[in-house]
Amino acid sequence: MNGLASAFFAILRRDLMLAFRHRGELANPLLFFLIIVTLYPLGVSPDPELLRKIAPGVIWIAALLAALFSLENLFRGDFDDGSLEQMLLSPQPLSVLVVAKVLAHWLVSGLPMLFLAPLLALLLDMPSKAAWALETTLAIGTPLLSLIGAIGVALTVGLKRGGILLTLLILPLYIPVLIFATNAVAAAGAGMPVEGQLYFLAALLVLALTLAPVAIAAALRISMS
Amino acid sequence: MWSFFHKLASPKHFYRISGKLIPWLGAITALLFVSGLYFGLFKAPPDYQQGESYRIMFVHVPAAWMSMFIYTFMAVLYAIHLIWNIKLADVMASSSAAMGASFTFLALVTGSLWGKPMWGTWWVWDARLTSELILLFLYLGYIALVSAIEDKRTAARAGGLLILVGVVNIPIIHYSVEWWNTLHQGPTVTKLDKPSIHPSMLLPLLLMALAFQCYYFTLVLVRARTELLERERRSAWIKELFG
Repeated sequence: MNGLASAFFAILRRDLMLAFRHRGELANPLLFFLIIVTLYPLGVSPDPELLRKIAPGVIWIAALLAALFSLENLFRGDFDDGSLEQMLLSPQPLSVLVVAKVLAHWLVSGLPMLFLAPLLALLLDMPSKAAWALETTLAIGTPLLSLIGAIGVALTVGLKRGGILLTLLILPLYIPVLIFATNAVAAAGAGMPVEGQLYFLAALLVLALTLAPVAIAAALRISMS
Repeated sequence: MWSFFHKLASPKHFYRISGKLIPWLGAITALLFVSGLYFGLFKAPPDYQQGESYRIMFVHVPAAWMSMFIYTFMAVLYAIHLIWNIKLADVMASSSAAMGASFTFLALVTGSLWGKPMWGTWWVWDARLTSELILLFLYLGYIALVSAIEDKRTAARAGGLLILVGVVNIPIIHYSVEWWNTLHQGPTVTKLDKPSIHPSMLLPLLLMALAFQCYYFTLVLVRARTELLERERRSAWIKELFG
């Protein structure tokens, strides 16, 4: 058990350190998130009434795309330099090691979105109740995005042009998250209770936490064979 | 009984048995289609509300059932492939995907053709329609992934994993879209969808559903045989068969 924990934290520390050594790249998904949201008032309409209505969907779709964008390189570097192979060969269970990688990914890409979201809520003129719901759904939802997305990334890591394919594989799987999250935010904005949707998101997160690591590990083994 | 299944799982016997089965299945399919279409298009009375155009249901409903059946069937086959490593399960599953996607597409198109005169619109973002569309995306994602991977065995395992992950998603999508839409607007389909159906309409519907099912099994066997010949072209039994 001790060996497992130290392997887990070693990978977590390594991935975080790698991320902070490339500080420029760290900001890219966040900027992407911000820019996508900015496009809507310019492209659809600057009318605050309309913006308030579409805000949950706009922010959440931007979050999905940003997650997709940042996930693409989750296993790429390790695949290219052979450290992924070492992880497969290690005596520790691969499913636990990938959780460390996904956690590191969420800490550098999902968590910062939580800090950016209030600003976006302000820009799109969301009421404060809806902004709180948005924060909560992002807090539960972004780890889900990382976990589900990692399955798709693991499946496509061996392929040369996996980018578009990844979109095709992952976005349909993201749809339930999108539906419950935007529904919760919209309901909160209208002054309705949102516990039901939040519980469902939390249930999805528990399901993903238990099953996704196994699926990610299996997908990696398939890709590396 | 069990030895029959064991034999069936070996490519050689599967090839032989399916070769004998296909003409029979094809004949049954033709018979079911003819009788189903006859009862559906000529015998069944026009609907008191929708007139003649309800008859599209005889194609639409079986296609929608098949779209869901094939996905589930693929998931079962892949679970079998994963657990017992039976090659044939993967051959059957990968031969099914294109047909599953076609049935889904057919269900969407016929639904939309029916929707225009009935609801006055080609498309609504309603629960059933949306989950059917997402099912199409799941099929297309699987097909894209499998065709992107060169090695057939790797492709099978990767595709199988995707199908199994997707099957967790299907009930979630189905119900979530329902809850999600009922907040915004009342159910429009479920009201129209649950007329207590008269036997004269139910009989052709069931005949058509059976016809679709037999059609699928006939075609999937044909496809699986072709796939087997391609994959096993170097094996002894094929050389024996074709000299």
